[in-house]
Amino acid sequence: MKVTLKIWRQKNAKAKGRFVKYKLENVSPEMSFLEMLDYLNEQLIKSGEDPVVFDHDCREGICGACGLYINGRPHGPEKRTTTCELHMRSFKDGGTIVIEPWRSKAFPVIKDLMVDRTALDEIIRSGGYISVNTGSAPEANSIPVGKHLSDKAFDAAECIGCGACVAACKNSSAMLFVAAKVSQMAFLPHGKPEAADRVQSMVKKADVLGFGGCSNTYSCEHDCPKGIPVEFIAKMNREFFKAKVCKQKVE
Amino acid sequence: MIKLDSKIPSGPLSEKWEKYKTGLKLVSPANRKKLDVIVVGTGLAGASAASSLGELGYNVKVFCFQDTPRRAHSVAAQGGINAAKNYKNDGDSIYRLFLDTIKGGDYRAREANVYRAAEVSNQVIDHYTALGVPFAHDYGGMLDTRSFGGVQVSRTFYAKGQTGQQCLLGTYSSLSRQVNKGTVTMYSRKEMVDLVIIDGKARGIISRNLVTGELERYSAHAVVLATGGYGTVFYLSTLALGSNPMAAWVSHKKGALFANPSFIQIHPTSVPVLNEYQSKLTLMSESLRNDGRVWVPKQKNDKRHPNEIPEEERDYYLERQYPAYGNLVPRDVGSRAAKERCDAGYGVGDTGLAVYLDFKDAIKKQGKKAIENKYGNLFEMYEKISGIIPYDEPMRIYPAGHYTMGGLWVDYNLMTTIPGLYAIGESNFSDHGANRLGANSLMQCSGDGYFILPYTIADYLADDIATSKIPTDTPEFEKAEKAVNERIERLVNIKGNETATSYHRKLGKILWDYCGMIRNEEGIKKGAKLLKELEEDFYKNLIIPGTGAELNQELEKALRVETFFEIGQLMCQDALNRKESCGAHFREESQTETGETLRKDEEYAYVAAWEFKGEGKEHELHKEPLNFEFVELKQRSYK
Repeated sequence: MKVTLKIWRQKNAKAKGRFVKYKLENVSPEMSFLEMLDYLNEQLIKSGEDPVVFDHDCREGICGACGLYINGRPHGPEKRTTTCELHMRSFKDGGTIVIEPWRSKAFPVIKDLMVDRTALDEIIRSGGYISVNTGSAPEANSIPVGKHLSDKAFDAAECIGCGACVAACKNSSAMLFVAAKVSQMAFLPHGKPEAADRVQSMVKKADVLGFGGCSNTYSCEHDCPKGIPVEFIAKMNREFFKAKVCKQKVE
Repeated sequence: MIKLDSKIPSGPLSEKWEKYKTGLKLVSPANRKKLDVIVVGTGLAGASAASSLGELGYNVKVFCFQDTPRRAHSVAAQGGINAAKNYKNDGDSIYRLFLDTIKGGDYRAREANVYRAAEVSNQVIDHYTALGVPFAHDYGGMLDTRSFGGVQVSRTFYAKGQTGQQCLLGTYSSLSRQVNKGTVTMYSRKEMVDLVIIDGKARGIISRNLVTGELERYSAHAVVLATGGYGTVFYLSTLALGSNPMAAWVSHKKGALFANPSFIQIHPTSVPVLNEYQSKLTLMSESLRNDGRVWVPKQKNDKRHPNEIPEEERDYYLERQYPAYGNLVPRDVGSRAAKERCDAGYGVGDTGLAVYLDFKDAIKKQGKKAIENKYGNLFEMYEKISGIIPYDEPMRIYPAGHYTMGGLWVDYNLMTTIPGLYAIGESNFSDHGANRLGANSLMQCSGDGYFILPYTIADYLADDIATSKIPTDTPEFEKAEKAVNERIERLVNIKGNETATSYHRKLGKILWDYCGMIRNEEGIKKGAKLLKELEEDFYKNLIIPGTGAELNQELEKALRVETFFEIGQLMCQDALNRKESCGAHFREESQTETGETLRKDEEYAYVAAWEFKGEGKEHELHKEPLNFEFVELKQRSYK
């Protein structure tokens, strides 16, 4: 395969970025997308150029480190697929591929395609946990959890924290990310005691960090590599409303 | 002169830990906040240790090289986590879990450590459940379990095929809570590049800021390494590309002994190599062997489509050779059996280096829905990589480098031979002997971090309550930082024309061929020689663009590859020294008539702990004899 790549190159957070065109030959359709970039970098390095910087780690779709905006879509053209799981057989021979970093005010570019997603950690730190100290947990089966609830909680907990939902949203909203964590814990009996505080703190934190409000376009669900559905945003909204009605204060 | 003292307490197995714990010194809450602890790594071991220590009130600094702690490679563990709850009423117990682990490890692990890991396993499950980890439940609301390789009970708790992810996000949430409280400070995108020792004690680290390239100094009263294993030494492995043993290795070179480096688990069920640019082998969870049947055609070089090969022409070789355990034999046995069939010419796929894992019968019996419920995400993952839909035709699988049983030598307190330096989780050597059983990894990492280290580290820190903050402007920090700078300068200034990855790929192939699944004296020696030659070439022809004083992913790789050359050499030396077969270490010269591992207990029932004696010098071997007080050593049999 031959491909033309248009890649966003940006020296650092403050520098002005631009697209640079690369022509790449002898690309195998069996290569993963990131292996194709490795292949490009190998050639750039040998010809004395600066290789393209991007985040990646597990290369099996679970760690959430990778995340490229490919041909106008987070993680590229395939549904329920992370960038690292994407293979070149999904692209046309002779085609052009445009590669950009995540675009969001809350995710500043570090270099080229690498962005800073610490804001997502900060949202979790604001309340995305159940406050149990090591050693104090009761016997695991002492609190029954219905199968449908644990399954639902699992579906929400599948979020890998890649930030594709934010990149997909025209408002750069992190609502799907927040909703996934809020819902997971609200479904489980263990998460109930802190449910009201949790949803309020997390939503507030997302606002403060510069993530926008929900755009109701469902693009987050569409581009989420784990297929987290927007129904969890509805669940989060209910949890939020419930918390407000109960007038539980946030510190 | 190093003298190994494992500090294993005396007394009956089931009372050792309880009794020992009560004898350990404590640190009062008021003193804890004066004490700094560095934790390197944020996987299950690191994040659980850091959050637990934070909860206790210590001042914790935790480091990861990824952009966020939630990326640590524990996230990729699939199948499950073991515990001796006996919820299935099938005869399980702490003792049984202990026994299975000792046997699975082919009698090369410490009894006391293994028993303790089994003992705390139940608390681990309780804790994760309370943290909101969505383990699978049955309709009555109780936790579900499934079977795993090498055992005859059902003790594996799971969250579909993403148990590691769910447990990691659980520990990450408690870590986040402590960061929010201010007891833990999180340092992301920083990689430990050296250990700092002051007056013989571990007192800090040098880390490289991966965004700016700056070297930074951090001090503490104790340092905990939770940095995982070195399976990426093979280049192609089931690990994340960033996983690397540099932190453990630099500590080794500062005096921490490295134990059983040649004990590397090759996982039997990974997606096979498909192209020459491949950067990674994706694991297909062992849990699949609960329902999947492994086979190859009875005819050599059978090129027919698997669905066209009739039942009577299929060789279900695991069921044939090991009727008692069938497809659920331990990993080392399963891997070697696959290699044996492929080497004999029965392999499938274009390369002939694959066997089938077939779900046809399970789908027929249980229905597609049931199989989808159990393994849906794994099937999807397989389809994405290979383009094959496993509901319609069998998966192709082949063994891949996976987990390192070897690691830093630690005593019963999980402390290395450097006072104040601890190693937990996969980075130590202590619990899995020569082969790890499936789902025992999450169990051990979590047990170490949540329920063992917080007790044992207090015993050490109790003597340090009068020691004020450790300054970082001392000659020791100065010297360590200078040495790292020189290392970096040396690499950056080679200015050759071969990339770090290209060396990594080559060195991985050498080790895979000569110090992999099957080893012999001649091969290991040849491998070591080839490795040495390649290393010399590395220092002549490596190319790194840019400098050390900036974001430089190629430099990061080169520093790690440098480590792999050295650890690879020690793997060969260890494999050469151990002229017996045990678990994953299979020496051709030592096998039974039927081709199984043959141990030599009189000569080799010891932990091989290697001491670094200086650059260019031979490592020195120290032996820690393994005393089996409670278990009778037997030839392992899964037939």
